[in-house]
Amino acid sequence: MDALDRAIVNRLQDGFPLCERPYAAVAAELGCGEDELLARLDDLLDTRILSRFGPMYHAERLGGGLCLVAMKIPPTDFERVAALVNALPEVAHNYEREHVFNMWFVLATETPQGLSDALARIEHDTGYSVYAMPKLREFFVELKLRA
Amino acid sequence: METGSLDALDRRILLATQRGLPLVARPYHAVAEQVGTSAEAVMARMQHMLDAGIIRRIGAVPNHYALGYVANGMTVWDVADDRVFALGDAVGRLDAVSHCYLRPRKRPEWPYNLFAMVHGHDRAEVEHKAGQIAELLGDACSAHAILYSTRILKKTGLRFA
Repeated sequence: MDALDRAIVNRLQDGFPLCERPYAAVAAELGCGEDELLARLDDLLDTRILSRFGPMYHAERLGGGLCLVAMKIPPTDFERVAALVNALPEVAHNYEREHVFNMWFVLATETPQGLSDALARIEHDTGYSVYAMPKLREFFVELKLRA
Repeated sequence: METGSLDALDRRILLATQRGLPLVARPYHAVAEQVGTSAEAVMARMQHMLDAGIIRRIGAVPNHYALGYVANGMTVWDVADDRVFALGDAVGRLDAVSHCYLRPRKRPEWPYNLFAMVHGHDRAEVEHKAGQIAELLGDACSAHAILYSTRILKKTGLRFA
């Protein structure tokens, strides 16, 4: 990543305009051309420096369910369970962590009922208990990782 | 699908954009063509969804690891119930903290109710930042742990079919 890539990563975490030529508007702020910004952004996504770019939808406000779930999986069985869990489209992301609770994933479902269905399915498919830890309250933060 | 306060057009816009905004000069025109409306309507509906909090923001999600934030610690704290609301607000305001939530305990195995995500370039940086949280929580906190992520197993974000 060079200085322009870093400027793009930082700038695009700040929001993106709703106008006819939004890339041109952001490119003008950054002092590069629209085509250059589009090409750089394509590369940043291709090389996975950015996981995604676009609108981020708020699951609960869409009437859906969202829940953090933890599991305790014996290391020897971890890969099998990870494959089963990841296969569910409702699993938005999944991390391995160093702890007895070693698998942590987020379920995003179209309805609140979908959560209990997905949890039951995971317990059934994997043979291990799930520990659902839905957020009871979200404290305000601003996520920005400086590149 | 059930989408709460979304109308049919909002839903089509969501389906067309949840994987990302098109990388073309006029992205909202491209979305409009896909969903069968005008670019003006797409922008108006997206603005409405932003105002209503249905869209949190339009922007980029960086991969922590690729940016050098290779130490990703989920710090978890057992904080007295009568103080956790005020303290959670204070923890969320720390620069070091990227997400902060109150969650249910799962006793006896899981005594922690306050979750604060901390990113650092190495574990020492995460531990230093966790120290700031510990200081802030003081005697309201009786136990804590830092769960470092060792692998991203999946990261696709929200998907509706």
